[in-house]
Amino acid sequence: MIDIRGLDVVFGHGRHTFHAVRDVSLTVQRGQSFGLVGESGSGKTTVLRALAGLLNRVARVSGEMTVADETLLQHRSKQFRRRVQMVFQDPFGSLHPRHTVDTILAEPARVHRLDRINERVVNSLEEVGLDASFRFRYPHQISGGQRQRVSIARALITDPDIILLDEPTSALDVSVQAEVLNLLMRLKREHGLTYILVSHNLAVIAHMCEALTVMQNGAVVETMSVQQLRDHNPTRPYTRQLMTASLGYDRAAIDAFEEFD
Amino acid sequence: MAKSNPSEQPLLSVEDLHVTYDTPTGRVRAVSGVSFELGREKLGIVGESGSGKSQTGRAILGLIATGGLVRARRLAFKGTDLLTANQRTWRRIRGSGISMIMQDPKYSLNPVMTVGSQIQEAFRVHSKASKKEARARTLDMLRAVKIREPERVYKSYPHEVSGGMGQRIMIAMMMIPEPDIIIADEPTSALDVTVQLQVLAVLDDMIRTRGMGLIFISHDLNLIASFCDRILVMYGGKVVEQIAAADLDNAKHPYTRGLLNCLPSLDGGQDDLPVLKRDPTWLETPGTTA
Repeated sequence: MIDIRGLDVVFGHGRHTFHAVRDVSLTVQRGQSFGLVGESGSGKTTVLRALAGLLNRVARVSGEMTVADETLLQHRSKQFRRRVQMVFQDPFGSLHPRHTVDTILAEPARVHRLDRINERVVNSLEEVGLDASFRFRYPHQISGGQRQRVSIARALITDPDIILLDEPTSALDVSVQAEVLNLLMRLKREHGLTYILVSHNLAVIAHMCEALTVMQNGAVVETMSVQQLRDHNPTRPYTRQLMTASLGYDRAAIDAFEEFD
Repeated sequence: MAKSNPSEQPLLSVEDLHVTYDTPTGRVRAVSGVSFELGREKLGIVGESGSGKSQTGRAILGLIATGGLVRARRLAFKGTDLLTANQRTWRRIRGSGISMIMQDPKYSLNPVMTVGSQIQEAFRVHSKASKKEARARTLDMLRAVKIREPERVYKSYPHEVSGGMGQRIMIAMMMIPEPDIIIADEPTSALDVTVQLQVLAVLDDMIRTRGMGLIFISHDLNLIASFCDRILVMYGGKVVEQIAAADLDNAKHPYTRGLLNCLPSLDGGQDDLPVLKRDPTWLETPGTTA
């Protein structure tokens, strides 16, 4: 479904160049949830943004990317923009503060000249567990979890095949996170969606994904199945340390931590 | 109640603490009826956003914003009543008695002062040490929080150091007046997980060797359970459960159980996560007392 070969992303020029992503390759099967995990600055979000075509004006992106047999060029096709949608980390930053939920949801449908916009708005709200009373509210009038549901509804409205999820629950309380993760799992089953999920939280990745790639300093450390992660059996020391750290505070284990460059 | 030394008077006692804000839309009860005692131990306060955990921490240090009202039956630090304390008493207590580590070093360090001068200022406010001595103590402190090149960091500005290092600097600054209590409000939530644990290890070692009390405020139940000795679980401004960290698996309150269950885990399957069902009666019953 998604194939990325030798992706490089470089920001800036001359003395100020920053090589954010180095030679990253990954393959995501249709209907799979694929995790991209790493610490801050590892390049995981940059890979996602490069795939979505959000970096073409601000960085030099090279490498081959294919999505469902469509080779991606510098300019993304309208078809690509309809079938690939994105949900961002901060629902406050990604929803227009002076647009109602209705306007926010209808806009992508209008852009793609879809029919029955009214019906689509109501349906997509229903899909994410919000009733029609949310239609005419503004983002600041609803809670963080509800805002993230609206972001998901906006992604669903163009009837996509692929949703790119960038830390979709890290700004939420754990009880709300559970609700949003359950919602994402259900939508994936019902619509046969393919996900790429970026997260720093290994437990969220283990819960959601079938396979994952661990990144560090812009490069791939390893790609593994979720079973390997559940068996606590990663091959690379960096991943092992990340896993130990995500299990909680263990004074003795911390002394054994290494620096990886 | 778990205390390191039961015969000793508690470092801090809080009885029936209330924090309220009067707003145009009515009275907001941020904290309602929290009671606990703190000994030389690591006490965790866990809760979701809006549970009142940060307000509890700030009320102890008298840092509630104007408009907020703090009431309590008793709020005492080593026998000193904090409710009636005047500004002079507060100045003596803040820093050298109780100090606070905030969440984000980017906002809580002074951007136009070098790291070294900020730390030694914290020291000199509370002692009559000479400049030379303060500098030596500051460098010792930077070494104690495991900063590798203390001389270089001493001269640098906050924007020149990483997030993990910034938080170590905060710890150094809060530790240098040798307080009895540290209140740490989400001290490592902005950090990557490995760095987070390394910073906590520094804090842990210092608290242990100096015999201090720590109030660790966080939303991360797993982290609190593995780091602290005792846990207060807050919900809607109340302490709904108080439990030793080791017994967390036997937690009784449905809210604590719900919080534990709704976390995805590394070893768990991909079945739907149990969703926390909030019961309005949790807010009616009086909170547990220590």
